[in-house]
Amino acid sequence: MTALRTFAIATRALRRNVTRSALTILGIVIGIAAVIIMMEIGKGSSGAIRKTIESMGANNLLIMPGTASSGGVTFGAGSTLTMTAEDAAAIERECDAVVGAAPVMRVRSQVVYQERNWVPSFIYGTTPRYLDVRGWTNMADGDMFTDADVRNAGRVCVVGKTIVRELFQGLSPVGKEVRIQNVGMKVVGVLSSKGANTFGMDQDDVIIAPWTTVKYRITSSSAGANSQPANSSASTQASGTSGGTAGSKNVYPGAAGLYPVPSAQQQQNMPVTVRFANIDQIQVSARAGRSKEAIEQITAVLRERHHLRADDPNDFSIRDMSEMAAGLQSTTAMMTNLLLSVALISLVVGGVGIMNIMLVSVTERTKEIGLRMAVGARGKDILTQFLLEATVLCLAGGIIGLALGRGGGMLVKRVMKWPIEPSMEAIVASIAVSAMVGIVFGFYPAWKASRMDPIEALRYE
Amino acid sequence: MIELHDIHRVYRLGEMDLHVLRGISLTIDRGEMVSLMGQSGSGKTTLMNTLGFLDHPTSGRYLLDGEDVTGVGPDRRAAIRSTMIGFVFQSFNLLPRTSAIEQVTMPLAYSKEGLGDREGRERAEDLLRLVGLEDRMDHLPTQLSGGQQQRVAIARALVNKPSILFADEPTGNLDSRTSVEILEMFQKLNRDEGITIVLVTHSAEIAEYGDRTIVLRDGLVESDSGRKSAAPVAADQKGARA
Repeated sequence: MTALRTFAIATRALRRNVTRSALTILGIVIGIAAVIIMMEIGKGSSGAIRKTIESMGANNLLIMPGTASSGGVTFGAGSTLTMTAEDAAAIERECDAVVGAAPVMRVRSQVVYQERNWVPSFIYGTTPRYLDVRGWTNMADGDMFTDADVRNAGRVCVVGKTIVRELFQGLSPVGKEVRIQNVGMKVVGVLSSKGANTFGMDQDDVIIAPWTTVKYRITSSSAGANSQPANSSASTQASGTSGGTAGSKNVYPGAAGLYPVPSAQQQQNMPVTVRFANIDQIQVSARAGRSKEAIEQITAVLRERHHLRADDPNDFSIRDMSEMAAGLQSTTAMMTNLLLSVALISLVVGGVGIMNIMLVSVTERTKEIGLRMAVGARGKDILTQFLLEATVLCLAGGIIGLALGRGGGMLVKRVMKWPIEPSMEAIVASIAVSAMVGIVFGFYPAWKASRMDPIEALRYE
Repeated sequence: MIELHDIHRVYRLGEMDLHVLRGISLTIDRGEMVSLMGQSGSGKTTLMNTLGFLDHPTSGRYLLDGEDVTGVGPDRRAAIRSTMIGFVFQSFNLLPRTSAIEQVTMPLAYSKEGLGDREGRERAEDLLRLVGLEDRMDHLPTQLSGGQQQRVAIARALVNKPSILFADEPTGNLDSRTSVEILEMFQKLNRDEGITIVLVTHSAEIAEYGDRTIVLRDGLVESDSGRKSAAPVAADQKGARA
């Protein structure tokens, strides 16, 4: 007996009693629809949470300089002066688990525009890479400052939406000048809105400027600032008059990289005691899911660059934001699994329903089974026939449930505005599960049918 | 073609043994039309079931075409039923909500012959024409009279080209005129197609349609008329009868 023919017999038997077949699969339809909707809602909300976390910097790593101590006195986190902007460039260049790295100088200061003033939550000195690192890709207005501005300590900045509201009363600030500690800074761009971060801090209350500007023009707190300005002010004067002239090229011959190697002449002119300009922190964005790897690579690169011996402790520390992200993700995953298990229970209930109806059907069709056996059907044939009937029923229920679930998902999206993401694995799983339910719960009735004695079955009234 | 040697069949009902067949020996040749007669409880249905491989004897020997088939398993019995045996029942046993043509093609699904859907349908149509239902092929059982339903059942029994047809009280649910039609159809099948027919009945009148009557009583053969016709059994029966 061919599979196709058995299938034909099974479907014909089901068609003989359409109403009952439809009622039988109702449980499966509801179960599968529930599974699909739950999976879509779960996936949608975890996707939404992921996006929120990403906007806060899900894959971001924060590298802080380590603790300096002298004679038993420690100076607190970030007090060593070993981390440089070149470290950031090296991390981005050498670590393949890293998307981007940006050096960050931080300062808290009053900002003045005409007769208004404001103290932003964050004034960051950094490089244009910072936007990529924080996933802050599009500007609301104007442009980001450039590498040249970083090189020249250009007096430019970009501001967040909150600053626009507080200082400029919503008018476009591009081309206006703000003063930070009496340094005039031209606003060249407005950042797109990012909202509050996990701790409720307004991430739009921010001014971003080249780190060189922040370090050498605005703050004088860092140790490096005292000796270095000779160099950078020379470049500033050069660029201040006509940015990118022959003068600045002399200062930075072959200025391809952001931090060109000083020439021998420059080295000679500055027999430095402080060899580099330290920065406050480096922010790194790791490739998705590879932050552990990134931490290892960064540690290796920084230890190498800082000439640490094998038994020296790290002179920096790396903070991993992905822990928090993973925590939030696992919460949603748990909720999704919880809902899914409820949906799966309903599927089992549906399966029990199938088993019930199939048992009734076997009893009711005892005579038919006897007849089929009398004309030459083996027990095996009867078994496959009833098993196939149950499986076809369940599969049909699964497919209807799938359509219903998808429809329900879209309805939820439309009416309740919940984030919904169709899930391929849910679709595949629900089809597989419904076929499984058919086989598992169809087996007992089918087995019972196949074990019938043809004489008894024929005599059954 | 059929040889039974001292067939016993004992049903076990709880503590009690029910001895239905108590040692039956008989021979049925190809092309015979045998009436198996007896009162209810005489064991005639059990004997028919045993002969038709629906049941198996408790002891004794069953030779089919010379082959000992006494102890064959259920799957082999099903295969023999499929290829060699057709059944016609008193209550027709048609599938509900199934057209006549589908009733007739149904046994083909379990046959090893592997007939395609088209050939199967053609054969079923031929058989329905043979039983005189050429204009009722797509009718459901509820749309057919008792006699017509029994004709569908006969066509169904013939679809796998069996060599033996067992009819268990085939006219029990029919009026006398239709009964005659059905019984004449069996005679015609026996005569024209050479099919061996075993007719189980309790009525002597109906038993008359066969050319040999075996009477059972309390699980034993009470009498066996032997063949009524003069034609020698050993000769080519089919030719002799035609």
